[in-house]
Amino acid sequence: MDLALTDEQRLIIDQVRRFVREEIIPLEDDLDPDADELPGEQFERLVAIVKDMGLYGLDTPPEYGGPDIDLVTRSLIAIECSQHRAGLYAPCYYTFGGARQAQLFEATEEQKQKYLYPMLRGEKRVFFGLSEPSGGSDPARAIQTRAVRDGDDWILNGTKLWISGADRADYGLLFARTGGPGRSGVTAFIVETDWPGFNIARIVHTLRSAKYATEIHIDNLRVPHANILGSEGGGFAIANDRLSRQRIPYAAECIGVAVKANEMAVAYSKIRETFGAALASRQGIQWMLVENEIDIRMMRWLVLDAAFRADQGESFRTESAIAKLQCAELASKVIDRSMQIHGGLGVAKDLPLERWFREMRIRRIGEGPSEVQKHVIARDILGAGLR
Amino acid sequence: MTVRLSKPWRPFDHATVATLTGHLGVYELGNTAGDVLYIGAAGGRSRFGLKGQLMDRLAADLDGACCFRVEVNMAYHSRRIELLEIYLNDHGQLPIYNTDVDESRLGRVRPG
Repeated sequence: MDLALTDEQRLIIDQVRRFVREEIIPLEDDLDPDADELPGEQFERLVAIVKDMGLYGLDTPPEYGGPDIDLVTRSLIAIECSQHRAGLYAPCYYTFGGARQAQLFEATEEQKQKYLYPMLRGEKRVFFGLSEPSGGSDPARAIQTRAVRDGDDWILNGTKLWISGADRADYGLLFARTGGPGRSGVTAFIVETDWPGFNIARIVHTLRSAKYATEIHIDNLRVPHANILGSEGGGFAIANDRLSRQRIPYAAECIGVAVKANEMAVAYSKIRETFGAALASRQGIQWMLVENEIDIRMMRWLVLDAAFRADQGESFRTESAIAKLQCAELASKVIDRSMQIHGGLGVAKDLPLERWFREMRIRRIGEGPSEVQKHVIARDILGAGLR
Repeated sequence: MTVRLSKPWRPFDHATVATLTGHLGVYELGNTAGDVLYIGAAGGRSRFGLKGQLMDRLAADLDGACCFRVEVNMAYHSRRIELLEIYLNDHGQLPIYNTDVDESRLGRVRPG
C-alpha cells in the first residue's frame, strides 16, 4: 500500500484545511459551544464555496452528480472536516452536503424520483430507522417492529430508538419484521414522517450536542407495498451494507478531532508554566504528547489501510472494524490526555475539548460498539463456525 | 421522564430571579393565563447561566410576561429544541417572542 498523497489529494486537503480554518472556526467564536448548525445565510454562503471547490455531496456517486473521489481521499477529507468544535458530529456544519442515505441509490426509478433526487438536491431531509429499544448492533435478532400485509399496503407497529434527525426529516428508512426471526425476516420501508401513525415521541438527550437522537412511536402506520426498498426480506443486507461502509469515514472523523486536540495540547504545553518551567519541559507531559502522536499515526494508518482496500475492491470488513474500534478508543485517549494537559481550562466550555470528550465517548458505542467490532474481527479470524 | 416542562411557574420579578443559580438549562416565560410566551436556554456562552439569562429578559421588559419556570439541564441545546418542537406541534406556531428561531428549521415532536 502506497500512502504517499497524490498531487490532487494534496490540493484537496489544502483546500479543505483552509476552508475549516478560515471559514468554519472563526464562525464558532460567536456560536453557542453546543451549536450544531449555522445561521441560514452563513450556511448558504459556505455551501456555495464548497460547490465552487467541487466537493459538494461527498457521499454521492459521480453518476448522480457527486464528486468522483475514492475512499482514501474521502477519509482524508473527513480528517480535515472534523477539526473544529462541532466537527465530530457536525463536520463543517454539513456544508459538504451532509450525510446521505446511500441505500436510496438502490431504489426503483419511481422511488428515486420521489425520494432520492429531492434528497440529493438538498430539498428533503432523511433519517435511518434501524435501532430499537431491544438493540441496534444485531438487527437480525433485535428488530421487533412488525409489518403485516394488508392488501396493497403494510401496517407497521413498534418503537425505534436512537434515531438521529427523524424529527426534522421528511422521510426515511424504517426496518421492520415481515417474516420470522433472523435476517430474512427484515424488510426496509421508505416512510414519510407526516403519515398518520408516525410520531416522534421525544428527543433523547445524551452527551452529544449535535445530531441528537429521537424516539419514534409507530402506531398502525400504513405504508404502500411500493415503498419497500429492495425486496421483501432483504432489509438486513441493506442495513448491513451501510454499517460496513460507513465505518471508515466515521473512524476518520475521530482522527481529525484527535489531531486538533493534540495540536492544542502541544501549543499550550509550551506557553503554560508551572513551578518556573514550561509544561513541555516535564517528562510526564512529554510522554503524554508522545503517546498522542503515536496514537494519531496509528489511527491514520488503520483508516487509510481500510480505505485503500475498499478502493481496490478487496474485502475490507475486518480492516474497517479494526479502524473503527481503534479510532474510537485511541482518539478518546488523545482527547483525555490533551484535557489533562490543559488542566481546569480543559474541562471548561471556553475550549472545545469538553465537547469532544463528551461526544467521543459516544463513538465507542455508535455505529457498532467496540465489543461488536471485536466480535466482527474475531469472527473473521476464527471463521463462520463461531457464529 | 416527562417530556413537557412541568416545573411550577414562579413570579417573573427581580426578587425571584435573583434566587436562581448560574446553572445552564432551559426556561419558559408565561403570561397570567399560563400561556408560554418564550422558550429559551442559558447556554455555554451565558455569563451567569439561567440567572443571567432571566435577568436579561427582565430588562427587556417583555409585554405580558409575568411568570417563568426553569429546568437545569446540561443538554440545554437539544432540550430547547424539543420544547420548541412540542410547542410547534401543539399550537402550529412558535411562542410570540421566539422571533429568534427559524420555524422552518424545526421538526415535530408529538409526545402524546
